[in-house]
Amino acid sequence: MFAQWRDIFWGERPLFEALSGKLSGVFDGLAKRGALSEADVAEAMREVRLAMLDADVALPVVKDFVTKVRERAVGHEVLDSISPGQAVAKIVNDALIDALGGAGAVPLNLNAVPPVPILMVGLQGSGKTTTSGKIALRLATRERKKVLLASLDTQRPAAQLQLQQLAERAGVPSLPIVPGQTPVEIARRAMDTGRREGFDVVILDTAGRLSIDEALMNEVREIRAETSPAETLLVVDAMTGQDAVNTARAFNEAVGVTGVVMTRMDGDARGGAALSMRAVTGAPIKLTGSGEKLDALEEFHPERVAGRILGLGDIAGLVEKAADTLDHEESEKIALKMMQGKFDLDDYAAQIRQIAKMGSLSGILDMLPGMGKVKQALGDKDLDTSVLKRHQAIISSMTRAERKTPAIIKASRKKRIAAGSGSTVQDVNRLLKQFDDMSTMMKRINKLGMKGLMRQGMSALMPKGPKPPGGRPFG
Amino acid sequence: MALGFFSRLKAGLSRSTQKLGGGIAAVFTRRKLDDAALEELEDLLIAADLGPNVAARVIESFRSSRFGTEVTDEEIRTALAAEIARVLEPVAVPFVPDPQHRPHVALVVGVNGNGKTTTIGKMARFYGEQGLKVMMVAGDTFRAAAVEQLQVWGDRVGAPVIAGPPNADAAGLAFDALKRARAEGADLLLIDTAGRLHNKGALMEELAKIIRVMRKFDETAPHSVLLVLDATTGQNAIEQVRVFKELVNVTGLIVTKLDGSARGGIVVALADTFGLPVHAVGVGEQAEDLRPFSAEAFANGLVGPSIRLSSPDGDEKKDGEGDPA
Repeated sequence: MFAQWRDIFWGERPLFEALSGKLSGVFDGLAKRGALSEADVAEAMREVRLAMLDADVALPVVKDFVTKVRERAVGHEVLDSISPGQAVAKIVNDALIDALGGAGAVPLNLNAVPPVPILMVGLQGSGKTTTSGKIALRLATRERKKVLLASLDTQRPAAQLQLQQLAERAGVPSLPIVPGQTPVEIARRAMDTGRREGFDVVILDTAGRLSIDEALMNEVREIRAETSPAETLLVVDAMTGQDAVNTARAFNEAVGVTGVVMTRMDGDARGGAALSMRAVTGAPIKLTGSGEKLDALEEFHPERVAGRILGLGDIAGLVEKAADTLDHEESEKIALKMMQGKFDLDDYAAQIRQIAKMGSLSGILDMLPGMGKVKQALGDKDLDTSVLKRHQAIISSMTRAERKTPAIIKASRKKRIAAGSGSTVQDVNRLLKQFDDMSTMMKRINKLGMKGLMRQGMSALMPKGPKPPGGRPFG
Repeated sequence: MALGFFSRLKAGLSRSTQKLGGGIAAVFTRRKLDDAALEELEDLLIAADLGPNVAARVIESFRSSRFGTEVTDEEIRTALAAEIARVLEPVAVPFVPDPQHRPHVALVVGVNGNGKTTTIGKMARFYGEQGLKVMMVAGDTFRAAAVEQLQVWGDRVGAPVIAGPPNADAAGLAFDALKRARAEGADLLLIDTAGRLHNKGALMEELAKIIRVMRKFDETAPHSVLLVLDATTGQNAIEQVRVFKELVNVTGLIVTKLDGSARGGIVVALADTFGLPVHAVGVGEQAEDLRPFSAEAFANGLVGPSIRLSSPDGDEKKDGEGDPA
């Protein structure tokens, strides 16, 4: 599938250079053998720094990270088996995964006398209420807990009603709304109800508040003192910029954050706030929200977010996204055909339709390794879906036999197809050539398998021929 | 009210500002504007979410004009404020409903949780007070209690809210609402929509459909498509604006939550990249907390000429490590 995008958007131009991407581009310039010199590493670190800032990692966190990694990388022996670029990339990637919390998800802490209170805090609009509903559903279904949802949000109009409706959707009870109560009173009532009615967990959803709003920060301190929550979860939008450090510090100082939930991870923000949050609070990122449905709550995978932050793409995320969006039956049919080497133009047309369904093309590009640079080189104008439409038109002007066996399309058929689709013979040629390349690449994917693909990146898929002289530039 | 405007905006912005202003003071009080200093200044701009491009351009202009000379923090701030104001000036365009359209239809769009509904409530009050007949449409038929939320605003500001049954088709609702607003002689029709991430093709298509369907009744509608943007948003705002603009032809921006600690510097990057009008800023949760966007006030607020200087010595390092405002 990756191969297709290459062909669709960039025609026959070689993509090798561009695909080496933001980081790998710099790393390729590093000394080829021996220990990494300070100068080599410094150059690479400048790129790492920029990539992280672009991803909205807070500046102080970036500086700290870069300093540590520089120390680790200088003098590092580069073995013959890997390139210096790969060596530094590995050091950076490992350090980043480490900084994000290392391998393994940290579960919610429910080790307390029931009812276990979970306190949800965060800025306005970060997704606290939706996340509360999601956590309730998760605990109720996966861990068979008896969960009570309580909204302490007396600030925003209809916020309590929102949680009540979410609770209904999740099939979880919610605390009856009593107008006029203060948040602290509601918290107390929620805990009383929890004790009296034998709930395992009580989720306390609070109003969004600015970290500088003293009155509201005091209120949440009081709620915390009243309920002694086992978990105080800070809910943060993945799109958050540099302010993430301020928010994290203020909430952590006020209420002692025990875990972070990153929401809107299904967007195309690179999510650097995750690293800032983790660095400032020291609390693990426990969960991520990835959609508006109540079951769209996942464990946090540092390795995926690390790739995203570095602009190396999120292949796993992309695959998931594709799986979400694409028609499964059709995809499986196509996959099988690919494996058997029977992929034809009908399948190609079907895939074009599916790609179109996946939404913004640049969003997809962001998820692919090394694509950041390609996108920059292309600018906005070339990310144009009209190529997809043209290809669809050309394919629709073919006979069934032609679509099944493109090899039979010779000069006169090409003329007819071009006329029928309002394109030119060159357009038809281009499509056929791309289809041909694509088939070749699919064979490579099959040989490599998904694991190999993730390890070697997209360069493994590129035609192995000699590099074009000077590596023609893109865009 | 007059006091309210500046004091509130300033109170909001000065927080954005303290860090940036203080940082500049720490870096530049009686120092040479050398490479190291320029780099630190660039860092400060980046930390304010201005975006790497704008930050780099500011640095370049300093490098060519003032490199090596001794500068005071005051000079730096003045120059920086001027540079930022210069970028923002062309986009400081108030939102004025066109009286030729009855009603002027404004479709309000954006990602989830950025304050669309609150902004619509505030706009209804603002334009209602100017004597316009304003109607609101609860077009977020997806999120739980979104309709009720807007209805509370309707009661608060005394403007009718047109709503459909839960999970109603937003496009059909907008169509009916437009018809009704025309019949009742409304001046301004504010249409709320469900929050959607710009990279969700199907949801963006829904938005396009709302526009298509409304055009069956009035082919000039919507007359404005307002993108609401949260000031805490980082560099992804650029992608948001780009995609919304491409798919639903956004005509202007409204920046919310500027009363927090977020600097909102992304607005400068957006102005630089897209040049879309910034109509208003949100500085609180109350009905009156909506302000027209002023380039100068924003720039001055961001750079902070009235901020007390921090000690020139010793503070730099700490600041580089990002103390909160």
